[in-house]
Amino acid sequence: MNRLILGTAFLALTAGAALAQDTVRLGTEGAYPPYNFLNDDGEVAGFERELGDELCTRAELTCEWVTNDWDSIIPNLQSGNYDAIIAGMSITEARREVVDFSENYTPPLPSAYAALSEDVDVEGGVVAAQTGTIQADHVTSTGATLLEFPNPEDTVAAVRNGEADAVMADKDFLTSYVENNDDLVFVGEDVALGEGIGMAFRQSDAELRETFTAAIQSMKEDGSLNELIAKWLPDTPEF
Amino acid sequence: MFPNCADPVSLDGLAWLACYLTTGKHLAFYASFGTVLLLLAITAPVALAFGFGGAMAARARFWPVKLLGRTYISIVRGVPDIAFFLFFVIALDQGVEWLRHQAVCPDWAQAIRQGSEFLVCPAAKTPSNNAPQWAHEVYGFAIAVFTFAIVFGAFAANVLFGAMMAVPKGQLETAAAYGMSRAQTFRRIIVPQMWIYALPGLSNLWMVLIKATPLLFLLGIEDVVYWARELGGTKTPNFTDYPHGDWRMWYFLALLIFYLILTRVSEVVLDRIMARLSIGQAVAQ
Repeated sequence: MNRLILGTAFLALTAGAALAQDTVRLGTEGAYPPYNFLNDDGEVAGFERELGDELCTRAELTCEWVTNDWDSIIPNLQSGNYDAIIAGMSITEARREVVDFSENYTPPLPSAYAALSEDVDVEGGVVAAQTGTIQADHVTSTGATLLEFPNPEDTVAAVRNGEADAVMADKDFLTSYVENNDDLVFVGEDVALGEGIGMAFRQSDAELRETFTAAIQSMKEDGSLNELIAKWLPDTPEF
Repeated sequence: MFPNCADPVSLDGLAWLACYLTTGKHLAFYASFGTVLLLLAITAPVALAFGFGGAMAARARFWPVKLLGRTYISIVRGVPDIAFFLFFVIALDQGVEWLRHQAVCPDWAQAIRQGSEFLVCPAAKTPSNNAPQWAHEVYGFAIAVFTFAIVFGAFAANVLFGAMMAVPKGQLETAAAYGMSRAQTFRRIIVPQMWIYALPGLSNLWMVLIKATPLLFLLGIEDVVYWARELGGTKTPNFTDYPHGDWRMWYFLALLIFYLILTRVSEVVLDRIMARLSIGQAVAQ
């Protein structure tokens, strides 16, 4: 009984907080197609733009998109510059220690290596990855030397200019480069990393997290999430 | 922008370029040059005011004021700009929210710092969560301008302090002989004559300020560097109507030219001011 009362009191308190805060600011990187990028008009676009707008409609929230560099994306969430991260961030144990995740909105993603030729040794050579990504963690766990860059564009550039032998990133990101350039090819097998992408919230923001998880669940149930995945992320399995 | 830009794939050469250079993203890029110029236009006078205040404080006879002035000058001059920027902008941002929190929500039960999270009550958020995005951007820009002004104000203070000392002693003695008070001497003799001694130092500072404007990018403001990097990056046809390879070199080259023009124009203007201020002064031409 006591727990019930406490729980109700807690809900009432947090509901008050949510009411006072009707605009939810969504933080994203804006440099990681097809997940999130800036279109020709300079607006945030991509898989997560469509997903986020739909989630906000379902949760009856007004949402505002904010771009932020990847390497400071978690600290700026914690200091309150925005209320949620929706930036292709895979759910991992290490990240769970600092932020809380919604339910995943993609299954675990395939990551892939891309290089200038197919006979590159991705387990022993120099591999480029973006700082603070699951791919960077994965490269250090293999025998390869990790070369880190602050943004996705630089990791691909490093392979082109010979600084790195290969680049490792989410396969859906690399696909557009490989398809549209004669020089880059996929190397080796895909690796499934992480627990799928989720939205990240401040640990004190349980109510907002629950709201978005409910919206994600409703999109999973009526199949609209699978449609979005099929449209934007051809290499990712559907739910 | 132009009607024939509806189908960019069919275009080539100059027509393509004209359409490419007028996308919404490029317009934002051009506007960011305005951001840089606005930063300079606001920071320069504010920093000069800070410098003037700092120099006056450092010259004061009342020792706490003198200590304050000297401390300001030596602390800010002694810390690397980037370290100061990274620290001060966050400290200022959180300081403002903390103060407003104390004023607006005195009954707030939760801790402000929870682990690495910084949580003030929604009413104390600056700017408010419900404010439009441009208000957030203006606020961020204002904090950046203030930080620039503090940093460059300290250097300006040192320059002006030296310039005030450089006004020939005979001038001050003559003023005293005429019966002017210390304040009158400062207003009528020192300030009008010190600029000629301050100008070389101040013009140096102006050039350094121009070249420091890309620091805005570090503070998360979408300035020329941000847009140059974003626009220059490889664009594949899946996600844009104007695919291209890695063009960052060309965009950064454009920045280089912009800054060269800006500093060249500044040099010309500063030379003119110098010539003007030298009239009637006992300085070597």
